[in-house]
Amino acid sequence: MRDWVKGAAVVALAAMAGSAARAEDKLKVGFVYVGPVGDFGYSYQHDQGRQFLQKQFGDKVETTFLENVAENDSQRAFEQLARSGHKLIFGTSFGFMDPELKVAKQFPGVKFEHATGYKLAPNLSTYSARFYEGRYIMGEIAAKVSKNHTVGYIASFPIPEVVSGIDAFMLGAQKVDPNFKIKIVWVNSWFDPGKEADAAKALIAQGADVIAQHTDSAAPLQEAEKAGVHGFGQSSDMAKFAPKAILTSLEDNWGPYYVGEVKAVMDGTWKSHDTWGGLAAGMVVMGPYENMPADVKAMAEQTEADIKSGKVKVFAGPIAKQDGSVGVKPGEVMPDKEILGLNWYVKGVDDKLPQ
Amino acid sequence: MNGEMAQLILVTVVTAATPLFLAALGELVAERSGVLNLGVEGMMVMGAAGGFAAAYVTGSTLVGALAGIALGALMALLFALLTVVFAVSQVASGLALTIFGLGLSGLVGSGFVGLKRDPAPHLSIPGLTDLPGVGRLVFGEDYFVYAALALAVLVSFVLGRTRAGLVLRAVGDNHGSAHALGVPVRRVRILAVLFGGACAGLGGAYLSLAYTPFWSPEMTAGRGWIALALVVFASWRPWRALGGAVLFGGATVLQLHAQAFGIGLPGQFMSAIPYLATVLALVLLSLRRRAGSVAPAMLGTAFVPDR
Repeated sequence: MRDWVKGAAVVALAAMAGSAARAEDKLKVGFVYVGPVGDFGYSYQHDQGRQFLQKQFGDKVETTFLENVAENDSQRAFEQLARSGHKLIFGTSFGFMDPELKVAKQFPGVKFEHATGYKLAPNLSTYSARFYEGRYIMGEIAAKVSKNHTVGYIASFPIPEVVSGIDAFMLGAQKVDPNFKIKIVWVNSWFDPGKEADAAKALIAQGADVIAQHTDSAAPLQEAEKAGVHGFGQSSDMAKFAPKAILTSLEDNWGPYYVGEVKAVMDGTWKSHDTWGGLAAGMVVMGPYENMPADVKAMAEQTEADIKSGKVKVFAGPIAKQDGSVGVKPGEVMPDKEILGLNWYVKGVDDKLPQ
Repeated sequence: MNGEMAQLILVTVVTAATPLFLAALGELVAERSGVLNLGVEGMMVMGAAGGFAAAYVTGSTLVGALAGIALGALMALLFALLTVVFAVSQVASGLALTIFGLGLSGLVGSGFVGLKRDPAPHLSIPGLTDLPGVGRLVFGEDYFVYAALALAVLVSFVLGRTRAGLVLRAVGDNHGSAHALGVPVRRVRILAVLFGGACAGLGGAYLSLAYTPFWSPEMTAGRGWIALALVVFASWRPWRALGGAVLFGGATVLQLHAQAFGIGLPGQFMSAIPYLATVLALVLLSLRRRAGSVAPAMLGTAFVPDR
C-alpha cells in the first residue's frame, strides 16, 4: 500500500512537472464543494467566489470545480485535481479536513486550503469567516426596529458558531436597548424549509416582530413578509424573497480572499496560514440596509465601519454570562480560541442552552 | 392562550400534516397491494421540483399540482417497471429511487433556485371564512387540504367498500390465490404503485407551492421517510394515517410554539417529542386491540406468474 502511494506520488509529480512546464503562465485552481452550486446557499456562495476570481484574473488562471462531493469520498476528488496540474486547491467543507490533509502530504508541491477546519500543514492553510461581527450589527438594527422589543431567533444546532452568533446578536441589541428580549427556537436542522417556516410562525405568534435565523432557507423570511414583520437574509442577499420585510442580509463573500491567495501563489509569497477574517477582510459582507429609518441605517453603517477599523470589538468586556458571572473582564477582549469554542449565553438571553 | 392563537396553531398543524398525509396515503395503497416502495422521498422531491417549475412557468398553481402528480407517477412507473415487471428487489429499487429522485430533482429545479411565487390560493367563503375561532381553520385552508381530505374519503371507500378495493387487498394478501382466480396481479400492482407515486408527487408539490412557496434542492428534508413510517403507524388504515399525520405534524408544531413561549426545556428534547408521541401512540394502540393491524401478507414479495 505504501509503495503504491509512493509510486502514485512519483507519477503525479512527474505529470505535474510536465504540465507546469506547459502552462507556465496559467495557474490552475481547483475547488471542491460539498453541495450543488445551485443550492443558493453555502456552496453557491463559494462558487460565486470562484467566478469572481476567474473574472479578476481572466485568462491568467484556469478554475475547475467539483460539486456535490461526499465528505467521506473526497480524497479522490482532491487527488484528481492535484494530478491534473492544479497548483492551488480549495476544499470548502469542514468534513473534507482529513482527506484533504492526506492528499496535501502526498503532493507537497501543491498548495491546499481548507475552509472552517483547524488542521494545518506546510502546504495546507485554513480559512473561515467571523460571521458573528455581522450578527452584532443585526442585533443593533433589530433593537431599533422592533416595536415589541422582542426578536425571534431560529437556531440550528447548539455549536459554538451558532452560540457566538446569538451572543453577538444580543450584545448588539443590548447596546441599543438593555431590556431587549430574545426568543430562541431550535429546529435541529440546517435546512428544512417547512420546519423553519413553522418556527417563524410560532415566534411571530408569540410576539416577535423581527425574525433572525441561523438556518439556510428563505422560508423564515417569507413568513416574516407574510406576517408584516421584519427579518434578515442568510448566506446570500435574500431581498427578493421578502422585499418589504428584509432589513439586511449576512452574506458570505469568499471572492476577495480567493483572489488574494491566488496572487500570493503567483508571487511566490504563499505561506501556510490560519485566516479568520470578518467584515474588514471582506469575507463577511452586509447586504443593503433596507426598510429602516435613516437614523437606524446610519447607526448600522457606523457600527460596520467601526468594526472594520477595529474601534468596536464584539466580544470586548465587560460581558456577563447568563447567570451573572463574569464572562469577559472589563478592558479585556475574548481571545479567538474562546470565541471558537463558545458555549455559554450572555446575560439577558432567556433560553436554556442545549448542552 | 386565546381562541385566535389556538386557531393559528391549528392552521399551522394542518399545513404541516398535509404533505405527510398525502404521501402516506399513496404509499398505503401501494403497500396494500403488496409492494413496498421506499422511494417516497425521491418521488416527493420530484413533485416539489416539477410542481414549482411548472407553476412558475405557467403562473398556475393547478398546473403545478398536476405536474407534481405527473412527475411522482412517472417516478413510480420506473419503480413499477423494475419491481413488478422485472421482479427486482423492492427494497433496493426503492432506495435507488430516492437517491435518483434527489439528484434528478436538483437538475429539474436548477433553473428555479432563488425564485419565489405567491402561496397557493386559499378557500374564501364570505361570512364563513371570517367566523371567529374556527372560520380560517374549517373554511379558509388552501385547496390542497380539501383535496387531501377528499382523497382520504375516496381511498377509504374504495379500499373497504368496492370490488376494486377487494381485488387490491386480495393481491396484497395472497397473490398466488388472486392469480389463480384470474386477477391480473401485476396490472393491479402497477396501478397501485402509480397511485402512490401520484400522491407523493402531490405531497411534494404542496411543499413547494403552498407550505414554503419556493424551490430548493432536498427541500422535502426527510418527509418521505416519515410518511413511510406513518403507514406502519396507521396499521395500513387510511383514517389512522390521517390521525398519525395530524399527531406528528401537531407535535412538531406544538414543540416549536412551546420553545417560542419559553417553556425552558432543551431544544433537542423538544425536537424528539413528535417521535416520542408517535411511539407512545403505537404502544397504546397495540394495547387496545391486538388484531388492529391489517399488514398485507405479501408485502415486499415479488410476484412471478410462471412459478
